[in-house]
Amino acid sequence: MIRDITIGQYYPAESPIHRLDARLKIIVTFLFIVSLFIVNSIWGYICVALLLGMVIKASRVPVKFMTKGLKSILFIIIFTAIINLFLTPGEDVLWEFGVLHITIQGIYMAIRMCIRLVLLIVGSSLLTLTTTPIQLTDGLEYLLHPLKKIGVPAHEIAMMMTIALRFIPTLLDETDKIIKAQQARGADFDTGNMMQKAKSMIPILVPLFISAFRRAEELAMAMEARCYHGDENRTRMNMMKMQSADYRAMGMVVLYFIIIAGLRMAEVFVPNWI
Amino acid sequence: MSIQINHLTHIYNPGTTFEKVALDDVTLEIKKGEFIGLIGHTGSGKSTLIQHLNGTISPTSGEILLDGENIHKDKTKLRDVRRHIGLAFQYPEYQLFEMTVYKDVAFGPTNLKLAPKQIHENVVQALETVGISEEIYQKSPFELSGGQKRRVAIAGVLAMNPEVLILDEPTAGLDPRGRDEILEAIRQLHEKRGITVILVSHSMEDIAKLVDRIVVMHHGKAAMQGTPKEIFSHVEELEQMGLAAPQVSYVFAELKKRGYDVPTDIYTVEEAKKVLYELIKQVKV
Repeated sequence: MIRDITIGQYYPAESPIHRLDARLKIIVTFLFIVSLFIVNSIWGYICVALLLGMVIKASRVPVKFMTKGLKSILFIIIFTAIINLFLTPGEDVLWEFGVLHITIQGIYMAIRMCIRLVLLIVGSSLLTLTTTPIQLTDGLEYLLHPLKKIGVPAHEIAMMMTIALRFIPTLLDETDKIIKAQQARGADFDTGNMMQKAKSMIPILVPLFISAFRRAEELAMAMEARCYHGDENRTRMNMMKMQSADYRAMGMVVLYFIIIAGLRMAEVFVPNWI
Repeated sequence: MSIQINHLTHIYNPGTTFEKVALDDVTLEIKKGEFIGLIGHTGSGKSTLIQHLNGTISPTSGEILLDGENIHKDKTKLRDVRRHIGLAFQYPEYQLFEMTVYKDVAFGPTNLKLAPKQIHENVVQALETVGISEEIYQKSPFELSGGQKRRVAIAGVLAMNPEVLILDEPTAGLDPRGRDEILEAIRQLHEKRGITVILVSHSMEDIAKLVDRIVVMHHGKAAMQGTPKEIFSHVEELEQMGLAAPQVSYVFAELKKRGYDVPTDIYTVEEAKKVLYELIKQVKV
């Protein structure tokens, strides 16, 4: 039940994508998201989707994991589609009712936004599915490093993220256990009106918070007992080094960007017939 | 209330790399009024099995019959099932949440929508059973000691007046005194009120002292069943499963090896005391 949540989950496998440098993967994911908003035509999206499909294939992560992540944001996708469908201004009005109207442009906009969202979620979940949380935060710490000069606590942010990610499954397990324990005492979480349902959360939330605080205290103690004192003079166990495969991947991404940008440019010169 | 488990199989995360067969075709009968000890190595499927018994998880295949009726036949009746089968999870004190001990114990019976008078009776009786005195009733459960918290949490399950009580390692992490108090409360419940008890424990001593019948879980299967004497006589098999017989039995095995005429089926300290007194008398003469 509650364990089905997959956002931020790591899928262990041996693949070229898993082996890539985490820093590179973070930057690439960021660029990928940017590229989604550069692309404007159906051909562009087909191109992006094909490429993403190839990367997924190479990552050896079952497609089921991707779609599982999508299910949880289905509501947001549908909501976005509806808003765009009814509220986009345009000339070719097909249907009108008060402020609501459906236009050809609106239909295109709704389709485009849905495709963008789906690609965005699948693309970014690919990052977390193929990168261990530790690598991910290490990569982030490295990338945030330059910001330290202006007072951004890069190490502390990375450490907080590591701890937060590390405790997601633990707290989910804990929640699952508490729910079961309260169910065993006849608690009912499914029936009743809004107020009753909100009230029925108390027997879950109180123990959950207490255990979260207890864990935080124990963890802080354990870290201090092992002489943790923040960033200063701290060395790394795993040094991040770019491999030749990383440079090749970088080359491919540059190529990808040229194609995407080229398609957009082409649009300027070719009339928009889609 | 008798429980019949037929070909119960449970698979966690089926169809993924995290797939794990936790229970593999378990068939088991638990008769009314029995005191069952459930033992097994960590990860052998004990916790999964007991969570099936009150319907907090559903079987992948197989069925659980409560007095002949499948507990999953009618989902709306699951609460009735949970009323009859009280399940105290491992570290049950983590479920405490109310402002006072009394209110927390009353959570169960209130959920069952019992009459206020009945709720009061149940709460007081449950707290008395686990040896929590009246001056603690209005304290916050978070002020109590570890052993007290554990007992209050178990009282929270008892207050629903279950006919079957399942306890998952009720003594884990307690000091010897806290452990004895809880075990004594459980023993009395079984003897005086005739409640069916299923006790999951890693302590072979506790199991030998208390239970009528042992079920040994191994790799998701019910590997062995029988009285403590029957089960603990298979020391080698138990050791292969990462378990052991009660420590005191090893003393008698060693005595036998050294040529003393002693029985080797001694599993509790009480029995051992008697036999050793006799032995000392004989040796002196």
